[in-house]
Amino acid sequence: MAEEKKELAPELKEKLRAEFEKDWRKDLRKAVPPKDRMKQVRQKMPERPAGERNKDFKEVNLGLTQDMAQAEARRCLDCANPQCIAGCPVAIDIPSFVKLIERGEFLAAAWKLKETNSLPAICGRVCPQETQCEELCAMKKASGVPVAIGNLERFASDFERLSGSINIPPLLPPTGKKVAVIGAGPAGLTVAGDLAKLGHKVTVFEALHESGGVLIYGIPEFRLPKAILKAEVDYLRRLGVDIRTSFVVGMTATIDDLRNDGYEAFFIGSGAGLPNFMKIPGENLVGVYSANEYLTRVNLMRAYAFPAYDTPVFQAKTAAVIGGGNVAMDSVRTAKRLGAERAVIVYRRSRTEMPARTEEIHHAEEEGIEFQLLTTPIRYFGDNYGHLRAMECQKMGLGEPDASGRRRPVPIEGSEYTIEVDLAVCAIGQSPNPLIPQTTPGLKMGKWANVEVDWATMATSLPGVYAGGDIIRGGATVILAMGDARVAAAQIDKYLRR
Amino acid sequence: MPKILDQRRLVPNLHLLEVHAPEVARKCRPGQFVIIMPDERGERIPLSIADWDVERGSVTAVFLVVGTSTRKLAALKAGNEVPVFVGPLGRPSEIASFGTVVLAAGCFGIGALWPTARALKAAGNKVIAVIDAKADYLVYWKDRYQSVCDRVLFSSRDHALASKDFIPRPLEDTLKAEAPVARVIAVGCTYLMYACAQATKPLGIKTIVSLNPIMVDGTGMCGACRCTAAGKTKFACVDGPDFDAHEVDWEELFIRRKSYFDDEVRSLCRYEETELP
Repeated sequence: MAEEKKELAPELKEKLRAEFEKDWRKDLRKAVPPKDRMKQVRQKMPERPAGERNKDFKEVNLGLTQDMAQAEARRCLDCANPQCIAGCPVAIDIPSFVKLIERGEFLAAAWKLKETNSLPAICGRVCPQETQCEELCAMKKASGVPVAIGNLERFASDFERLSGSINIPPLLPPTGKKVAVIGAGPAGLTVAGDLAKLGHKVTVFEALHESGGVLIYGIPEFRLPKAILKAEVDYLRRLGVDIRTSFVVGMTATIDDLRNDGYEAFFIGSGAGLPNFMKIPGENLVGVYSANEYLTRVNLMRAYAFPAYDTPVFQAKTAAVIGGGNVAMDSVRTAKRLGAERAVIVYRRSRTEMPARTEEIHHAEEEGIEFQLLTTPIRYFGDNYGHLRAMECQKMGLGEPDASGRRRPVPIEGSEYTIEVDLAVCAIGQSPNPLIPQTTPGLKMGKWANVEVDWATMATSLPGVYAGGDIIRGGATVILAMGDARVAAAQIDKYLRR
Repeated sequence: MPKILDQRRLVPNLHLLEVHAPEVARKCRPGQFVIIMPDERGERIPLSIADWDVERGSVTAVFLVVGTSTRKLAALKAGNEVPVFVGPLGRPSEIASFGTVVLAAGCFGIGALWPTARALKAAGNKVIAVIDAKADYLVYWKDRYQSVCDRVLFSSRDHALASKDFIPRPLEDTLKAEAPVARVIAVGCTYLMYACAQATKPLGIKTIVSLNPIMVDGTGMCGACRCTAAGKTKFACVDGPDFDAHEVDWEELFIRRKSYFDDEVRSLCRYEETELP
């Protein structure tokens, strides 16, 4: 469903060239010859010891020091024709911000990031850089080890936040146009930031009681501290964005109601809030969760602090998490932190096909997570009280590649076995949330219950209504959602000024 | 944050809560619910909507005081605020001209069914209510029901009311006396709804119940409220809360509602010992 990697727009290429030709960039390139840059080894992200961090929810990665960040920035060759930017869904001017770090101008680096990305401290933590910007880095081609662009992004934005000198960029004069953004997740927040800078009056409507979408209910504190998210949301408020929480568009008001209230343009970023289950026997036993529910209880509702907080979550002896993506890794590492003696990933394909980031798989392994690969559950067993007590699994082999290009898992007859588990978390993906589609007449839907858009403009079938993120993709990444959002914001601006 | 306009005891253990929420009030339909969080550390819990007033900008719910969250709600006073009061959620009940409709209500369901009673009468139905309570002093809103229903009957376990029985018997009697009855709508505790479903099944009368599983977000996002109807897993928050009573897997619902029984007791003990005002 995702589009091809884009060729950079000519205006952008010109802008990048102008930055490249600046004197300080030339001087910096001259100061250290490329072969010296290539000799430097990649700075390793400092992290807390596995045996310590798997018992609490504090952040795993500690961030680069200033010296480390400058050393890492020095590895960047400042290519005349940089490839990395094409790998970034929001097209950050990567060489400029990296070179500002090399030069020690950390605040300027953060502001450079914010020109194209309203949430850099988040992206620096959760983007899969290894398959995006870093995948295309010239250093990867030359030495096999790309510049740690993601870690540098995190460094610069953390530096800005900790310095307290949060820069509010100049806003264009108010246009008097009202825009409604539905969902305060990565897509919605990005659209809101971009349109506020362009002078529009933006209101974000969020169904839950805190902003962030998957960033607050899904991604755990140990990977994305809530304080970081809060700072990024505060920044958007300072740009003039109004956020209305506990407001369910579709129920509290429909898009048509909002149109009558004077909103002229809409962005639907309501996400993939409908968990998929496997439809196997016993899946409704007590102790079988969707990953959404498990993570929401722990992250949004703070069930890890029960009973000081009122929302409970099951404590497990043996927790099985079904799936091989980032959500599965977040769930299994959460179960471990909540005290599970055994926390096990059960995934139907092999390691190679796992969609989770390498870093997350690696961290999980270090923390004592078990992996039962080429395995799928086929039924759950309960005790006399309807509580989960065991899971029957079947081993899988790999057949021919399927539509996703990954080898299709094939059940091996007679390989069934049972393991005792008292918690199971189903992390096999989500479908788009149905509330907006159900309550918005005329909104054209695709075949996966996703909202259909023109991929060049993110426009839906309704005039003035745009969409992006998981509501159109059905379960992708934070940064792809933000990429959609940037395209949509530019188009909404054009629409409002038509 | 939404402000409490009224919070008082209707009868022992059953309280009325009226909240200022003008946007929610504008959209309320019979059979829908709200999600409320009593304080910043509270749970998100669903409450059936018992009434609303668009001019006053208010929404009313009736709740049974049972655990920590509802005890916190019962301690609120007019002028207090709650961090979350979101809705209306769920699909509205089907309101049409059916003919004769019998309502079976008990506990918080007496409040929850009130908007349905009113709407069914306005839609031209003959509306008969059977109201169940353990004792006569636990009945509330009798006058409201009497103002719109063609007949109101009561069942209780004491001798004060006309019929000393649990609801299925008076319900059966009513269904026979009023035949043909087009549908029964039962709202109240899970056991009451289950018992009504058992009573109407042999008579083949379509019966609607409003399911009350544990929820978290109430918008389809988490799946905590999943239940089985006609052999398929449904999310009560977005597919319901109304379901055909004869298609519901009641045993599963009873079990899932008790998921956190031990934790609930622990939470309540802690609340009563350390926080109860």
